[in-house]
Amino acid sequence: MLTSSEQAAPLTRGALGVATAHQPGRSGVYPRLRPGLFGLAGLALLALVWELYKTLGPADGVILNGVTVLPRTTDLAMPHLAVMFERLFEPVTGAASALPLWLAVLQGSLFTLGIAAVGWLVGVTVGLGLALLMQRFRLAESAILPWIILSQTVPLIAIAPLVRRWGAQIQFGEFTWASWMSVALIASYLAFFPVSIGALRGLGSPDANHVDLMHCYAAGWWKTLWRLRLPASVGYLLPALRLAAVSAVIGSVVAEVSIGLRGGIGRLIVEYAGAAGGDPGKPWAPIFGSIMVGLVAAGFMGVIGLFLRRFRRGEVAA
Amino acid sequence: MKHRIAWLGTVGAITAVGALVLSGCSGASNTPETDAAGELTPITLQLQWVAQAQFAGYYAAVDQGYYEDEGLDVTIVEGGPDIVPQDVLAAGDVDYAISWVPKVLGSIEQGANITDVAQIFERSATTQISFKGKNIETAADLAGKNVGSWGFGNEWELFAGMQRADVALEDISLIQQAFDMNAFLSGDIDAAQAMTYNEYAQVLETENPDTGELYQPDELNVIDWNDEGTAMLQDAIWANADQLESDADYAANTVKFIKASIKGWIFAANSPEDAAGIVTAAGSSLGQSHQLWMTNEVSKLIFPSTSGVGLIDEAAWANTVDIALNTQNETGATIITTEPPATAYSNEYVQQALDELEADGVDVMGTDWTPAEVTLNVSGN
Repeated sequence: MLTSSEQAAPLTRGALGVATAHQPGRSGVYPRLRPGLFGLAGLALLALVWELYKTLGPADGVILNGVTVLPRTTDLAMPHLAVMFERLFEPVTGAASALPLWLAVLQGSLFTLGIAAVGWLVGVTVGLGLALLMQRFRLAESAILPWIILSQTVPLIAIAPLVRRWGAQIQFGEFTWASWMSVALIASYLAFFPVSIGALRGLGSPDANHVDLMHCYAAGWWKTLWRLRLPASVGYLLPALRLAAVSAVIGSVVAEVSIGLRGGIGRLIVEYAGAAGGDPGKPWAPIFGSIMVGLVAAGFMGVIGLFLRRFRRGEVAA
Repeated sequence: MKHRIAWLGTVGAITAVGALVLSGCSGASNTPETDAAGELTPITLQLQWVAQAQFAGYYAAVDQGYYEDEGLDVTIVEGGPDIVPQDVLAAGDVDYAISWVPKVLGSIEQGANITDVAQIFERSATTQISFKGKNIETAADLAGKNVGSWGFGNEWELFAGMQRADVALEDISLIQQAFDMNAFLSGDIDAAQAMTYNEYAQVLETENPDTGELYQPDELNVIDWNDEGTAMLQDAIWANADQLESDADYAANTVKFIKASIKGWIFAANSPEDAAGIVTAAGSSLGQSHQLWMTNEVSKLIFPSTSGVGLIDEAAWANTVDIALNTQNETGATIITTEPPATAYSNEYVQQALDELEADGVDVMGTDWTPAEVTLNVSGN
């Protein structure tokens, strides 16, 4: 008896494993590549639409009742994709010391990515902290939640220069507030919001009977948090983290534009705008850069998702 | 157990990435601020835009050591689209700021206690440009046209010029202009706002699709507000009025700062190529010919000087104040409603600086100065 069941168990597991492996669309190289292929196809489609519209669309764009619905198709308004890409491999300016444009944009992208990452980390920390506080104390939820929502109605971009100025007055010991910290602060201000809301939903998501079970085990709040609430919140947290990452990138770029912070994508957007007439491909370069920063940030979120995949059971595939 | 390890791993990975990012950023923000010679007085100057040849004189004065000669260690703080230099100065974050007089007059009325201590740009660089075919030669011709303006305090010379020519704001359609000249080049704007040292050049660096060559100055009409009589005073050095009053060291440094700045501007006017190179080295990404053009054009705003670089001409000041009091924008508002206080400008410091420079044999008038001939290349390269 004992032997047969011991033998049966691995057999069953093995049989199941084989069955899963042979299910169509669940294994092999093709399905792993499929999302990537679709992504590339999407890009190619976008490029095709751009070039098609540029070729076929009216030079003056489509104007309905005095409102431009579709843009002009001139080389100034819509440069050929080839022009934009060729431009990337030419130097930024004619100066002997000038870097190739792609390198300058890459450096700017890394700078912005760094700031956005700091903003994201701070935002996620604050957001999680607030969510825990609100989960632990009902009173805190009633007191803080409205303020969290109100916080996002502040036109933060408009007060970016103020943040920089307040920051300039901060100084203790060796530490002096640098302008990039103001940008990171603005990024974190945008990033904390989805995290606090998502984490609050997630922490409250375990079924009542699960919570009761923890009670029966005489598990305290911390234990319940670690064993039950945090794992349960992952499904809510991951989309929130992704939103936070995107907000952090956007916040960084816009704040960089606003205060003209040197080194980042935002500054390049301001600087290259002047070249739009004589060199239509150039202003697009930092835009590609910011897209790249966004993609890297989203990719990083994917990696976090991989680490946490054992907690993503209940998650509906998005 | 496995559970816990996975968690810790995740937390660890996130922390490690964060630490990497943080260390990367702190490396990028290291700016050299301390000088080996400890006796220099640290001074910060807030610009109204990012580094470009519009501020060539200050960058040249740093590069050539003029500030150091005066015992000052000057750090130039770049501006940005939303940075208001006079506010930064009034808040006490910097020692001096560069800004336009009409923009600051509004801030002064709202309580900023700052003083124009040197009017570096004697002339205005704001123009309204249009293609010849639009037949816009004077402010009166703007009626019925699409007129571009950046707004945010850059519109007053235009409005004053129109008011003087009896063109009401309802007679034009005012179009918000972007950082680039595309709206002008594509014909959405008939008459676009353009600084002689920047946007005007941007147009001349653009290929005319009809001829296949760059746009030429003779294809453009330029309304120059200096000629129309509604020019307002632009780039000036502003200082904190309270501190000038109470702090004798600051007042003395102000004279030194102006003195070295004027020397910087004289250098920029006489060696435009070197000055343009200095600005580019300071981090401006403008093309070479554009940078040189800008250096040359801002020098034209300073030299030849009527009564010495930086000296505030009372008639020009009065004209600026008069326009600020009497020109209405589209909402009917004026820049200021009452005369600015006496502290709004002072020739005391610049006069002392000029006297010292003249005693040193420096030519502060530039009577014989002639601008360079700059050829613009495609895209300013």
